[in-house]
Amino acid sequence: MRLRSWFLFPTWVWMTVLFLAPLAIVLAYSLLTRGTYGGVGQPWTLENYSRLLDPLYLAILLRSFVMAAAATALCLLLGFPAALFIARAERHRNLYLQLVMLPFWTSFLVRTYAWMFLLRDTGLINTMLLKIGIIHGPLPLLYNDGAVLLGLVYGYLPFTVLPIYATLERMDPALAEAAADLGARPWTTVLRVIAPLSKPGIIAGAVLVFIPCLGAYLTPDLLGGGRTVLVGNLVQNQFTTARDWPFGSVVSIALMALVTVLLWAFLRTRKEPLV
Amino acid sequence: MEQILELRSLVKDYPGQRALAGISLAVPRGSFFSLVGPSGCGKTTTLRLIAGFEQPTSGDVLLNGEAVNHRKPYERNVSTVFQSYALFPHLTAQQNIEFGLRQRRAADIEKRVKSVLALVGLAGKENRRPAQLSGGERQRVALARSLVLQPDVLLLDEPLAALDPKLRKQMRHELKATQRRVGITFLLVTHDQEEAMSMSDQVAVMNEGRIEQVGSPEDVYLRPRNPFVAGFLGAVNWIGGVGVRPEATRVAPRDGAGRERQSFGLVTGSVFLGNCVEVFVRLESGEDVVAQAPRGSSVLQPGQAVQVCWDAAEEMKFS
Amino acid sequence: MKRWLAVYAVAFYAFLHLPLLTLAAFSFNSSRFTVWDHFSLTWYRAMFHDPQILAGTWNSVVIAIWATTIATVAGTLCAYGLWKRESRFITGGLYLSLITPEIVTGISLLALFQWIFRWLHWHLGLYTVVLAHVAFSVPYVVIVVSARLRTIGPTLEEAAMDLGANEWQAFLRVTLPALLPGIIAAALLALTVSFDDFVITSMVAGVDSETLPMVIYAMARRGASPVINAISALITVGFGVLIILSERVREA
Repeated sequence: MRLRSWFLFPTWVWMTVLFLAPLAIVLAYSLLTRGTYGGVGQPWTLENYSRLLDPLYLAILLRSFVMAAAATALCLLLGFPAALFIARAERHRNLYLQLVMLPFWTSFLVRTYAWMFLLRDTGLINTMLLKIGIIHGPLPLLYNDGAVLLGLVYGYLPFTVLPIYATLERMDPALAEAAADLGARPWTTVLRVIAPLSKPGIIAGAVLVFIPCLGAYLTPDLLGGGRTVLVGNLVQNQFTTARDWPFGSVVSIALMALVTVLLWAFLRTRKEPLV
Repeated sequence: MEQILELRSLVKDYPGQRALAGISLAVPRGSFFSLVGPSGCGKTTTLRLIAGFEQPTSGDVLLNGEAVNHRKPYERNVSTVFQSYALFPHLTAQQNIEFGLRQRRAADIEKRVKSVLALVGLAGKENRRPAQLSGGERQRVALARSLVLQPDVLLLDEPLAALDPKLRKQMRHELKATQRRVGITFLLVTHDQEEAMSMSDQVAVMNEGRIEQVGSPEDVYLRPRNPFVAGFLGAVNWIGGVGVRPEATRVAPRDGAGRERQSFGLVTGSVFLGNCVEVFVRLESGEDVVAQAPRGSSVLQPGQAVQVCWDAAEEMKFS
Repeated sequence: MKRWLAVYAVAFYAFLHLPLLTLAAFSFNSSRFTVWDHFSLTWYRAMFHDPQILAGTWNSVVIAIWATTIATVAGTLCAYGLWKRESRFITGGLYLSLITPEIVTGISLLALFQWIFRWLHWHLGLYTVVLAHVAFSVPYVVIVVSARLRTIGPTLEEAAMDLGANEWQAFLRVTLPALLPGIIAAALLALTVSFDDFVITSMVAGVDSETLPMVIYAMARRGASPVINAISALITVGFGVLIILSERVREA
């Protein structure tokens, strides 16, 4: 139907101009050389890619991976019991779900700043602890890896609750009853029956947290204070302060490749489409 | 034109399967016609071809003698009552019913809508939205919406499937009565053979993309053309290659009398159904049959020797 | 076990909500230190008198309205187009766009604009931010509208055509009205996403096109100021209202 083709026309424009073209340019830049005043120029080279193998940058990649994995693990551990609570609630389930999502839908910047407000030397936590007399000098709670991890977990925790809840909700309640009937105590039932059967939701939640954490920029920037350099910070740094666009492009391409592979692997396990 | 709808050798292929393998049908004007068959037999596909949502791979659909194969749904004077009713949620019942009339810029819209509302028994509820109506009421809106256009053929896709059993029986009467009142040709598609037979003037039994038999309900039930039709429209006892319906199979304690049509066996069990008793008998030939006995008859014990007998007229023989 | 779960739930929700609540609470503190002095609206007054904050808010609002309008129209058409005919290419592109890290989206768009500016001699400004926001908002709109389309199902349009409407009329008179709650929900979502964006905006904004998040970021970097608490409280309430509205509309 010709009518239908017209409907997709704006999207084609969007995809080509605002998505594919920028990525193509970045790809091109990754193969060029840094100009004298920043910017890019000839010659074409693969040298920038080999710079990625420098242990300094590999360490950054590794740290990003570890940080994302840690955040994912924590989000799953903290999110699962919450999802279980909501799934087992007899009334107000929707309310509980909305209460989980509400913080997420407020400004990400504000939520990150909230932790700065709490954790800094003159922040609320230190002030309270000083007042009570537990400590005599402020604790360095901010500007370290721990703060970044906390910020990431706080930011993406709702992303594990929803998929796990969705899986739990669809689960046959008779399964838990059968386990109890066969002699399993509540905790055993959860560990040996419910958790394994929640795998689809757990995997979905893990992917939904891991991918954004891998490319995180704002959280390590504000809560890490420049000391925690993850891949996202590296990219931003190369495009602004260091003015090394080719290398910045290389890191971006590497990050995109990683994220795309993860997405592809995840989509292969799902049956229903997102779009 | 005697036949308002004619299908000639309709074939419909989908990638990997043939849904219709050559359907030919003639639907008399003003009749209540049913297409009945198991899931996957092609009855819904046939309906969609008549309505115009799909095009046949080959063959013709003729409305009033004209071939309409490639006409769009909005170019055919055929209207469909969907299984899910497909009522427009943002419009009231009245606006839903008016929709087709407004599309045609017909005259006397208000009058016609009022009369069809009275016909289906929804007067007073016309300003409600579908979400505020019960399942049965929504079905009536869907029916009214199509009826008011006075189509050549009204297609109904499993219209009673979403209703609960009690309501279903009541709606059968109403649908039949409505059809008689308005005189429009109804073409009903269903998998429920009882439904088809209770409402229709004519029934077409379908299986695997073909029409097995067309006829009046009595015709197809009492004189099925093949074992499939016999088995689909009701239960069948197969005794020595001959088919007999359980209600035509009599059972009694063995009395040694000679009869032309009888078989001997042992009772294996019985069930009290309320309006009759079903007796299960294993014949000496090894075949299992079900006989129906009236409510008050003496109880037959498991293991008892009995004979089952039937009348020649009740036999269904197939070559 | 139910009791343990309930206890955990309380702690869980406290963890999620307390940081924001304390942030908001201290916006009413008269002192700039994290020791409660007395209730005061000084920081709110300071906020309304700060020209930078006001300019940033204005820019954010203008950008959000433009970007939302364009993205909602494009996204709705896309969702409907995909519904009628699958396109693995576009669906793949939408997924990819969703998972692209914000920083990569930001620098890639910056690279695009700078490359174009070589020929056209234009500069970064509000319009580049609008384009960037459209770039990342479209997939969200498509997801929300597509979900709504799936709920509606194809039979509504078939029924309309059965009753005499052609394809275009069926879309305008039946599908679009039934789709409206989904479109509004998608627009509200795009609005919040656009208003809140920092990373991408900071890469493609011009000198005069500072947005509110950029102002907040600069202030946060510089040091603690309760004015940020005040802005944060207002933004949170504003977003909360928008999201609740969006949910209500979606359920309608």
